[in-house]
Amino acid sequence: MKFVDEFRDAGMARTLATQIAALCEPGRHYKFMEVCGGHTHTIYKHGLEDYLPETVSLVHGPGCPVCVIPMGRVDDAIAIAEHDDVILTTFGDMLRVPGGRGSFFDSKAAGADIRMVYSPLDALKIARKNPDKRVVFMAIGFETTAPSTAMTVLRAAAEGLDNFSIFCNHVTIIPAIKAILDSPDLRLDGFLGPGHVSTVIGCRPYEWIARDAHKPLVCAGFEPLDILQSVYQLLVQLKEGRCEIENQYARVVPWDGNPKALQVIGEVMELRRHFEWRGLGFISHSALQVRERYARFDAERIFSVPGVRVADPKACQCGEVLKGVLKPWECKVFGTACTPETPIGTCMVSSEGACAAYYNFGRFSRDRVKEATRT
Amino acid sequence: MTQDLGSTIPTRANWAEEAVTTAAAQEAQNPHAGAEHLTREEQVLARIAKARSRKAKIKEERVTLSHGAGGKATQTLIEAVFLDAFRNPVLEQLEDGAQLAMAWADGGTGRLAFTTDSYVVSPLFFPGGDIGDLAVNGTVNDLAMCGARPLYLSCGFILEEGFPVADLQRIVASMAAAAAAAGVQIVTGDTKVVERGKADGCYITTAGVGVLERPVVLSAAAAKPGDVVLVSGPIGDHGITVMLARGELDISADIVSDTAPLHEITAGLLDAAGEGVRLLRDATRGGVATICNEVAVASQVAVVLDEAALPVRPVVNGASELLGIDPLYVACEGRLVAVVAPEQADAALAALHAHPLGDGAAAIGTIKDDPPGLVLLRTAFGGTRIVDLLVGDPLPRIC
Repeated sequence: MKFVDEFRDAGMARTLATQIAALCEPGRHYKFMEVCGGHTHTIYKHGLEDYLPETVSLVHGPGCPVCVIPMGRVDDAIAIAEHDDVILTTFGDMLRVPGGRGSFFDSKAAGADIRMVYSPLDALKIARKNPDKRVVFMAIGFETTAPSTAMTVLRAAAEGLDNFSIFCNHVTIIPAIKAILDSPDLRLDGFLGPGHVSTVIGCRPYEWIARDAHKPLVCAGFEPLDILQSVYQLLVQLKEGRCEIENQYARVVPWDGNPKALQVIGEVMELRRHFEWRGLGFISHSALQVRERYARFDAERIFSVPGVRVADPKACQCGEVLKGVLKPWECKVFGTACTPETPIGTCMVSSEGACAAYYNFGRFSRDRVKEATRT
Repeated sequence: MTQDLGSTIPTRANWAEEAVTTAAAQEAQNPHAGAEHLTREEQVLARIAKARSRKAKIKEERVTLSHGAGGKATQTLIEAVFLDAFRNPVLEQLEDGAQLAMAWADGGTGRLAFTTDSYVVSPLFFPGGDIGDLAVNGTVNDLAMCGARPLYLSCGFILEEGFPVADLQRIVASMAAAAAAAGVQIVTGDTKVVERGKADGCYITTAGVGVLERPVVLSAAAAKPGDVVLVSGPIGDHGITVMLARGELDISADIVSDTAPLHEITAGLLDAAGEGVRLLRDATRGGVATICNEVAVASQVAVVLDEAALPVRPVVNGASELLGIDPLYVACEGRLVAVVAPEQADAALAALHAHPLGDGAAAIGTIKDDPPGLVLLRTAFGGTRIVDLLVGDPLPRIC
């Protein structure tokens, strides 16, 4: 397939793997965090770890959009969905995320009208078709998806649709990276930067990571060769004693980002004073809310949202996994109480979540897998 | 800062706390023996393997859509609800159809295959087929997968008040054509009409009887290390066609459903490879990945698939990439997976190629002894990964 196959070439991967191995200093361990859930998915889907030396480990970061949603926000959304005249719409991944009293799937089975959409514009279509219903879009995601939500609000405003609103849960990536760097128990050698977020915000917002936190960051694409090349670039920087922000994903990411997308976000949304992240707790100025001037499209103003707070279950260590302090299998409930069938933590829900990716694609002794797949 | 948050004292998710306590109690009951020599990671993995082999238990209070998707949730529902209540040696095989040994009063004996399936596809009409030929082909194929020659079908209709008679006639006409093509007769039936809103237009249930004329016993538990895994053609066509036909995705593509009767191609395969054929499955709901998982668990073997060898049409690949789903889990309605002894693998593949429905057939993997119960994939990129059962429907990823 064009634009895909050329980034999945096994021959080129072998060449890169040899160069990566040659860059590693004997006896030194390297720990890089891939920020994005999309990266985690690629790493497992293609079996990328087979190409990396054992001394290079990839730590899964907090950039999985559904993984950072706390249980309380799910309960709030379900409370909105339980109104008789409401159709709640959201992305497919979100449907299985557990709240304090169950998931959207459970609430749907109990009678709430909850529908999966592929784009917020689909939610708008549903609103047009159902003028007697109030259609709410549960908006989630980092800066990647925020522009399309904002555009949808602008479209609704232009059309004068009065039965459409969004339940805004958009978050921003920089405060999350800050929180990770502040975590004392994590020693990282560098970051694979979030490619899709960067198509919107560009690479400039990361400059402080190299300057103040002294960690190199390579903004990485999502095909397997993108990730190998980004690891290679990080190792070259370390070898040469450099610490810079580099853009591996330049075919998509402009250094200054997408000014139009940023402008649209800024028109519709503003920073929240604080937002609760699953496992990471409250982080100030880390999320977006709808501006006053678009209040009539803000589900939080239209409905009396209960503002539920649900404590993470005591045994659940999503926070440590999100920060990369624990590998998924090191969590106390991984694979026993918390499984893809009955996830307790969000990391076990989306295939972008570190725990689900590890459980579905990665778990099992590498030696036995290697033996079985030998030709 | 906390007073800024303005929220109440956090509540607790009781279900989650309970799940943790239950798992811990189960763990304490059977500590893993002989685990001392394993690394910590291996101990965790052994614990998971044990948790997975535990008796299925329904945790949900209500049926969700996941229970109908063919993955883990469906298996749990079948095992915990239906199998538990109906338990008998024939049902316990959990094959596509029941294989029944008959002894007639006049002393004659024979073997029959018996199966049933319900069809609720939306939309009812899609490129390459409709609910009618699906309902005939699906049941014909379940019989064919038992190694039987399909003979007779029943059909039950559940119709929604207001359903256009013209649509019904169209569906029935395509059922008749499909039955004629498959050489079966629809010999009995039933009709119910429910109030508007109580069903989605038209649902069909068919049951089928076939006769097992060959001495083969096909079973998901029959795979042995060294066996070869074959698929009869490109995978995922039906699932992608139906997804696109729903019109929710605003993607159009030149693709039609693969719905077709497989009784001829299986007859050819069984003639060519005889007792070397261990099992046949049509890759419907849950796709090839789900079948391979059933085989791995039932036979306690590892199924090792080769991604580069999987026949997938570029348009199916493209749509799957866009939607963030894996063609291995996408449904087919006219493709079979066969596990064949290595000595007969070439003959089996040639037999598939010899039939017009099998010209895209390919050997896609092999059976190994370890690790039992798992499906592994050598990725086209050159890595390896596990191909697990999905919990429910493949849900599109966000970004």
